[in-house]
Amino acid sequence: MALAVEKSEASTASWEPRIVAFFCNWCTYAAADLAGISRVKYSPNMRMVRVMCSGRIDPSFVLEAFRSGADGVLIGGCNPGDCHYKEGNYKTMRRAMLLSQMLQDLGIEKERFRLEWICASCARELQTTVNKMADDLRRLGPLDWKGV
Amino acid sequence: MKDYLYFPGCSLKGAGSPYEKSLLAVFRALGISLTEIPDWNCCGATAYLSVDADMGTVLAARNLALAERADGRDIVAPCSGCFLALSKAKAMIAEYPDLRAKVDDALGRGGLPYEGRVAVRHPLEVLLKDVGPDRLRKSVVRPLKDFRVAPYYGCAILRPYETVDSAHVPTVLEELTRIAGATPVDYPHKARCCGGMLTTGVQSVGLRLAEILLDAAKSAEADAIVTTCPLCQYNLEVYQDRLCRSTRKDLRIPVMYFTQMLGLAMGMDERTLAIDQLFRVPVLACPAGGRA
Amino acid sequence: MTAAGEAPRIGVYVCDCGFNILGAIDVPEVVRYAGGLEGVVLAKEYKYMCSDPGQDLIKKDIREQRLNRVVVASCTPTLHERTFRRVVSEAGLNPFLFNMVNVREGVAWVTEDKARATEKAKALIRAGVRRVALQEPLEARSEPVNPNVLVIGGGIAGMHAALSLANANSGAKVHLVEREPSIGGNMARFDKTFPTLDCASCILTPKMTEVKIHPNIHLHSYAEVVSVEGYVGNFDVTIEHKPRYVNEDLCIGCLKCVEACVYRDARFPNAFDLGLAKRKPIYIPFPQAVPTKVLIDPMDCLYLKLGKCKKTCVDACEKGAIDFAQAAVRAQVKVGTIIVATGFKPFDARRKPQYGYGTLPNVFTALEMERFLSPTGPTEGVPSLKDGSLPRKVGIIHCVGSRDRNTNEYCSKVCCMYSLKLAHLIRERTGAEVYDFYIDMRTPGKGYEEFHEKLLAEGLKVIRGRVAEVTTSALTREEKGHLIIRVEDTLAGFVRRIPVDMVVLSVGLEPQSDTQQLRRMLNLSCGREGFLQELHPKLAPVSTATDGIYIAGACQGPKDIPETVAQAGSAAAEALALVHRGTVEVQPYTAVVDEAVCSGCQVCVGMCPYDAITYDADKGVVHVLEVKCKGCGVCAAACPSSAIDQKHFRNAFVLAEVAGVI
Repeated sequence: MALAVEKSEASTASWEPRIVAFFCNWCTYAAADLAGISRVKYSPNMRMVRVMCSGRIDPSFVLEAFRSGADGVLIGGCNPGDCHYKEGNYKTMRRAMLLSQMLQDLGIEKERFRLEWICASCARELQTTVNKMADDLRRLGPLDWKGV
Repeated sequence: MKDYLYFPGCSLKGAGSPYEKSLLAVFRALGISLTEIPDWNCCGATAYLSVDADMGTVLAARNLALAERADGRDIVAPCSGCFLALSKAKAMIAEYPDLRAKVDDALGRGGLPYEGRVAVRHPLEVLLKDVGPDRLRKSVVRPLKDFRVAPYYGCAILRPYETVDSAHVPTVLEELTRIAGATPVDYPHKARCCGGMLTTGVQSVGLRLAEILLDAAKSAEADAIVTTCPLCQYNLEVYQDRLCRSTRKDLRIPVMYFTQMLGLAMGMDERTLAIDQLFRVPVLACPAGGRA
Repeated sequence: MTAAGEAPRIGVYVCDCGFNILGAIDVPEVVRYAGGLEGVVLAKEYKYMCSDPGQDLIKKDIREQRLNRVVVASCTPTLHERTFRRVVSEAGLNPFLFNMVNVREGVAWVTEDKARATEKAKALIRAGVRRVALQEPLEARSEPVNPNVLVIGGGIAGMHAALSLANANSGAKVHLVEREPSIGGNMARFDKTFPTLDCASCILTPKMTEVKIHPNIHLHSYAEVVSVEGYVGNFDVTIEHKPRYVNEDLCIGCLKCVEACVYRDARFPNAFDLGLAKRKPIYIPFPQAVPTKVLIDPMDCLYLKLGKCKKTCVDACEKGAIDFAQAAVRAQVKVGTIIVATGFKPFDARRKPQYGYGTLPNVFTALEMERFLSPTGPTEGVPSLKDGSLPRKVGIIHCVGSRDRNTNEYCSKVCCMYSLKLAHLIRERTGAEVYDFYIDMRTPGKGYEEFHEKLLAEGLKVIRGRVAEVTTSALTREEKGHLIIRVEDTLAGFVRRIPVDMVVLSVGLEPQSDTQQLRRMLNLSCGREGFLQELHPKLAPVSTATDGIYIAGACQGPKDIPETVAQAGSAAAEALALVHRGTVEVQPYTAVVDEAVCSGCQVCVGMCPYDAITYDADKGVVHVLEVKCKGCGVCAAACPSSAIDQKHFRNAFVLAEVAGVI
């Protein structure tokens, strides 16, 4: 059920894309913490949702994100072979491949959905990924997808 | 066998012609064809780059573009100076987009697109990597027994690009020397500068460098110095008499090209290899032809 | 509505964290906004939520305002989720009815623009409030902790950790696994240690002996850990003992077999001496080796390689200890915690060909020089040139493989000190003039700067400049036959050529070459340089992201012996804390099945990497074995009917959060 979403937006001086990021607790969320500790700055367009493993991410979460107004969705997990739960990220990889194709069929551009392997010490990679995604989305413009 | 495009450079058509003659003879005997790049121009060497870096790069890059237009085969650039100038141009263009834009614009006006595809090779590396030691050994009919050689690489083929060999501990010239049946002497100066272009401008520096190199070769009791570059050959050969007078040391020693050494080992005569065009002719103890 | 059916009464607390958050986010505005969110009955700002008064504030409000949900917006949950859960629980509220929103590491510290940071903080809090309203009370699981400890690596770090643990007399065993035939690690190779010039063996061998005889330490020498399964409190470890071809229980270390070997002279490079000395196929790595048992190298032994030998060693052995039929043996042990103390490997100086290592004579690495200086080494303590004569001039080059963009960018920390030490010892033993070529003299630590001063007073010549090359390319008669060091003396302002007889390369410290395999086996991370990654660079230097596994010593990063020992003690203390507590709390993020919805398709069964889900054929539904479930949630994502869900990370919670952050 989609709740009435209260947009606490400041006046729409210039539109900024909204990225929902699903980060796994052990690797990518740790990288985000490290970025914080190291004061590595990145675009605030990205909002994190923490899960224990990237394998937790049900494709419906991604669809719901787009339907609720997200312009982009980023999934961050551990490098293949490093999953804290052995193989969760492999499952994510498979799902992401299919999901990406499906999203494109639904009219959502490829650049809007990304799966990245970001290890716990890779704060710089996180910064690059988030900034680049924000740039790409600015170029693509708002999604405004009403869903299926 | 592979075929190559050939960039002689100004030197090989002039004072360095013994290099060209011996190179072509050796490659022909090995069944490799070298096709001169049509309408090639001077590579600019060190001189132009220091005056106008952008134009210097364009000048060198034109040859690369011509090579691509020809058929894109690897370019063999025997003169170490040309080898470095072309390699540098290629690397700089790949690394600096601004320079790339300038080069594309300049070459474009001449109707010459350049994509950065073609490779620049030195014949020393081609012989050892593409032809290979086994094949070379098979083509040696007159091993140069008891011939002691000081292997002199110079600097341009080793630095800054290490595609031919290691900048600090190169060994390919020694390897070729052994294949030719000769004995490479221990020559710690093998990769030191001969003075290059500087000798013409600040002669004392070049003379001093030549003295060090010649002295070391003589001390190691070498019968000849073998070089890979026409400018090195010139610097080491031309000032010997003057240095003998000023230092009172006997610094007379033949300075030949590695292609001439290999050619001799392959049984070719001195005429074909233009050995008679050297100031000082190497004396070979081994039989079959050769002037005493 | 909360899961329990009562109306949510949510308290939101936004922390200033001093100026950390307050400086980057408009906290009063965020508090005002939070106060207006659905279900929120109060929203407050406080300077330091994690402090005692901050915690008391929450407890007071829970009691007096009858809060049934709490949200704290402050630092990362990794740091203080546990703290606040405890606070909430002390006030009588279930700790899992608490949610933490990361506005410091996740917003304040990473965002330039204050206005945008404030918007982001609001969005995250909105999401956090939505989530907490749906959260349900849970009970944390308690698992027993196996009191045994595994220590991987028998160098100074591993030994010290093992002894600290063993001396606690907790009744449990310490399994110390060392892959070399003897413990002692790199420190056993040193002659003297800085700054006191203690003899390394003298301080090390008592520890080695203690390890050997301690009843609580089970030493597995010449063995490697090949697999680790399980989780904190319950690790299943497989250790492979490599064959010595000598029965360890019978061998008394008399070395008669070595004397009797058909090889009259030692011919094979001895790894302990870095190949500078030779040994026979049957050998002991060094005289003070622990355990004092011989071993046979199957690549060198005639009998093992070719099947043909008089086997004089067998005849010489009174105890009949030689066993050519010995094979590798695997042992399984159960431990509750693991300490990794695998040490370092020295930088391979061949990667700096301009220094002539391996190509020019009389160029050595610092570790090789330690062997030369060691009384039990190949030259019995007096470093000499290849021709046997004493060097008259020696050059020591700092930063070989450190502070170098072409190899390793980091500083290896110990090289300046050990270079000064080597300078002192070389001069003492040979009378040579010593030159140190440095970039900076890094001498922190107790007594280190004083040591530096002492060396300068002794006449050590120091030249500030990164050495360009070591060459035999002589320019003058005086230079001929010497190794010439070419360096720019940056203080004097010109290039020097210094002819010396011997060059010592101060090589940096690198991670062991199999660190990637090791860390995969243990599920650890490595930093950029390849050293094992600690949980927090300042506050948790010996813990890792994997509960129950600790790291100590050079495997975590270059460091000297005092620091190594301190870390080893620290890791032992952490492990002991778990052992003493006897139990470990495991997060209750397990999977749960709604049997009414489950159709028995069994997709989840194959998904689970821990085999925690089984199919009940009678009921036609699946069943989760909570004790095996590690809480990854992969099953919940796969279920086509959302019948299986993950506690505390329920589909509904995540969806609420997603809707909230946008």
